[in-house]
Amino acid sequence: MIFEVFRQERDGQPLQHGGSLEAPNREFAEAYAIEFYGRRNESVALWVVPREAVVEIEDPYVADVFDRDYRRVDGYSLKVKLREARERADAARPGG
Amino acid sequence: MSAQTLLDLADDELVLGWRDSEWTGIAPYLEEDVAFSSIAQGEIGHARALYELAARELGTDADALAFDRDPDEYRCHPLVELRLVHDWAATIARHWLYETADALRIARLKAAPDPEVAGLAGRIEREEAYHRMHAQMWADRLRASAERPRFEAAADELWPYALGLLDDELRGPLCEDLGREPVEPVDRGGHTEELQPLWEEMTMVRRSVPGATW
Repeated sequence: MIFEVFRQERDGQPLQHGGSLEAPNREFAEAYAIEFYGRRNESVALWVVPREAVVEIEDPYVADVFDRDYRRVDGYSLKVKLREARERADAARPGG
Repeated sequence: MSAQTLLDLADDELVLGWRDSEWTGIAPYLEEDVAFSSIAQGEIGHARALYELAARELGTDADALAFDRDPDEYRCHPLVELRLVHDWAATIARHWLYETADALRIARLKAAPDPEVAGLAGRIEREEAYHRMHAQMWADRLRASAERPRFEAAADELWPYALGLLDDELRGPLCEDLGREPVEPVDRGGHTEELQPLWEEMTMVRRSVPGATW
């Protein structure tokens, strides 16, 4: 059986995929995970997940076929507006 | 704590670590190869720490104790000398018997009056706990498999050795922990024929250029 191992390097950090290992059952997988990802004090937490329990999304890209760019934060560019605001402020200043 | 007691333990750990390391590259599968090699290295690391404590008392150094003695000066028990490579069931049987017995003497060492010895025993125990977990899960697995007869036959054969690994005081508790009847033990002091070839190989580099600093 293949197991995926996730490890947390320090408290508060997210668990990240560390790698995978092959083991005859969960108990062996736990022991091997400790051996490969824990014994040098490099992880504060480990998750061991049977690969078959992981649901893989085949095609994660959802095409934006409709014009809904107002939903995207990158639609609101502040750069131009800021420049215009500064120019107006400069122009309004006495002696400007 | 006498240097002799430390040497008994250190020699056991060194020679068992050496024997276990013979599985490096040929274990039943890769994950186990890495795990078992690491356990072998752990045992040799324990030996090194124990030799250092003994060396201070004996006025020598750890390397000299590990590699410069004659084979008959080693205090290791015959259990760890046996060459079991290629027989995984027997290797696991020894691993399981040894770790179970070792737990008892390490626990006693943790209560030693010498704080350095007790502290080292505590550090060793933290790693041995993992070794025991590994040994127990393998013993359980083999017992539940078609290899059960091979495992049980090896464990029966090695049991007098495992019993002799410990002194009188700890033999009763070992019988209890393993659920086995006491037998005539193979005592420490003698050596098997298998120690000599192991020693030749283990000390080969050291003897090739005596006194060299590598």
